[in-house]
Amino acid sequence: MPVEIPHDSVGLVSPRVEHFDTPLELACGRALEQYDLVIETYGELNAEASNAILICHALSGNHHVAGYHSLEDRKPGWWDSAVGPGKCIDTQRFFVVALNNLGGCHGSTGPKSLNPATGKPYGPDFPIITVTDWVNSQARLADRLGIQQWAAVVGGSLGGMQALQWSISYPERLRHCVVIAAAPKLSTQNIAFNEVARQAISKDPQFFQGHYYEQGVVPKTGLMLARMVGHITYLSEDGMREKFGRELRSGKINFDFHPQFEIESYLHYQGEQFSTVFDANTYLLMTKALDYFDPAAEFGNDLTAALSQVKCRFFVVSFTTDWRFSPERSREIVDALIDAGQPVTYSEIEAAHGHDAFLIPIPRYMEVFSAYMQRVAAEIGEEHAR
Amino acid sequence: MRADLDLVKDWIAPGSRVLDLGCGEGELLNYLVNEKQVRGYGIEIHPENILSCIEKGVNVIEKDIDQGLMSIRNNSFDTVVMSHALQTMHRPDLIVDEMLRIGKECIVTFPNFAHWRVRSYLFLRGKMPVSKFLSYTWYNTPNIHFFTFKDFEELCVERNIHILDRTVVDHEHRHRWWIHLWPNMLGEIAIYRITR
Repeated sequence: MPVEIPHDSVGLVSPRVEHFDTPLELACGRALEQYDLVIETYGELNAEASNAILICHALSGNHHVAGYHSLEDRKPGWWDSAVGPGKCIDTQRFFVVALNNLGGCHGSTGPKSLNPATGKPYGPDFPIITVTDWVNSQARLADRLGIQQWAAVVGGSLGGMQALQWSISYPERLRHCVVIAAAPKLSTQNIAFNEVARQAISKDPQFFQGHYYEQGVVPKTGLMLARMVGHITYLSEDGMREKFGRELRSGKINFDFHPQFEIESYLHYQGEQFSTVFDANTYLLMTKALDYFDPAAEFGNDLTAALSQVKCRFFVVSFTTDWRFSPERSREIVDALIDAGQPVTYSEIEAAHGHDAFLIPIPRYMEVFSAYMQRVAAEIGEEHAR
Repeated sequence: MRADLDLVKDWIAPGSRVLDLGCGEGELLNYLVNEKQVRGYGIEIHPENILSCIEKGVNVIEKDIDQGLMSIRNNSFDTVVMSHALQTMHRPDLIVDEMLRIGKECIVTFPNFAHWRVRSYLFLRGKMPVSKFLSYTWYNTPNIHFFTFKDFEELCVERNIHILDRTVVDHEHRHRWWIHLWPNMLGEIAIYRITR
């Protein structure tokens, strides 16, 4: 089904692969000798290389943030609502860089990739990757693209955690840090949900301890269940009730165990879709990266201390009905920043959509986000004038 | 700049740390950051004000002050400002305590409910006063605690709060020599600088 490309879209885009052959030392003690990062860029890098924005993706995201790969695409990139000409992240003013993180399954080196040492897919032998490792790999990408300092690093959810880690790992290399619907570390409850997801995958008979590629199968049921559990945590109770209520697909109760309520078929559909496009080993890795993220740990569990050396300005956003990464979690970041005397602006958006809200163009969210990014853009202009 | 902000700015030292509670559109902070190089944050709850702050580049935190300021450490600010918001708080006394806990000095601005015009309105008409300055009716006003200069100073005595400075002005924040003859009757707005 061809689409008419809207005027505020970045239009047709193509990903490209950047190959790196300097070994990347990882937090787990192992190293990746060589790796690929698949990226997309939108807009033009200015002569001073001062208008670059890095977008970090969440658990199931990738490099395809905005625009279309072909006219046959039914949907644009995952954050098309916020990235494009005249949008919050205005591609007429910024040079936007997005990548698929290491361990991913959309073109960057991950469990699906061939291990050069064995000639077989890495599978479960792919090293556990942390948020810090991702940020290190992104810094190398910045070097490759000639970007010494990002105008801003932006991310939602797990992407927000990467933005936060950037400010700590490379304080000189970003001017603004935009942290949306994130947390300074996972709660016990978050880790519990992740473990259910991991168990669903690893107990699937088609999982073969992660070596399912060689068997020519995928642990579809496990991945589906993992996504279904995840999806429940992305929606709010009110949002779910509003959208699905107790509506029955056929209008009546059938007295059997097939999905009858709309919410059941919705979850089945989401899980089914996800299981065809996502890799189970990647899912396991991403949930571990989430669980391990805790930048304060290296600073005696003192988040203020962790943020005392940062040099950028912060914009933190949360959503009222988000219970996966609730406003309280964002406030922990804000409080620590204030405590550390760092510049921060915080907005708490009234939204019924739960954690998913960060992907939805809620008018007030877009308004504050856009206003903040316009300040970021204006500073670039001021720097040139100087 | 709003006249009361103009009066407040002289009490704030260059380069200091400032917290503006109910910072509105961020005028005072914007001025203080640009002219006095203060490091400051505003706390605000109204979306349109928050947007104005962001547009100005003022650090603004969306927060309901009535929910408390517990997350802010003792003495972490040189000055905590609250302009025309104390009367909208659920417990002004507790907010003042909190302000004095987190700030070394506080600046509080509020309307005087004992001004002669307010007194005569209530006395003659027998109705809650409505004026250009206090433009709400009793049922929709955000100003839920009306008090006077005398009330505030009594609170200061009870709680061992030192008043460092007091300026009393009319509703346009102008100094008038005659206000000082009988401030609690003739003054419309008070600006106090207090400390513990």
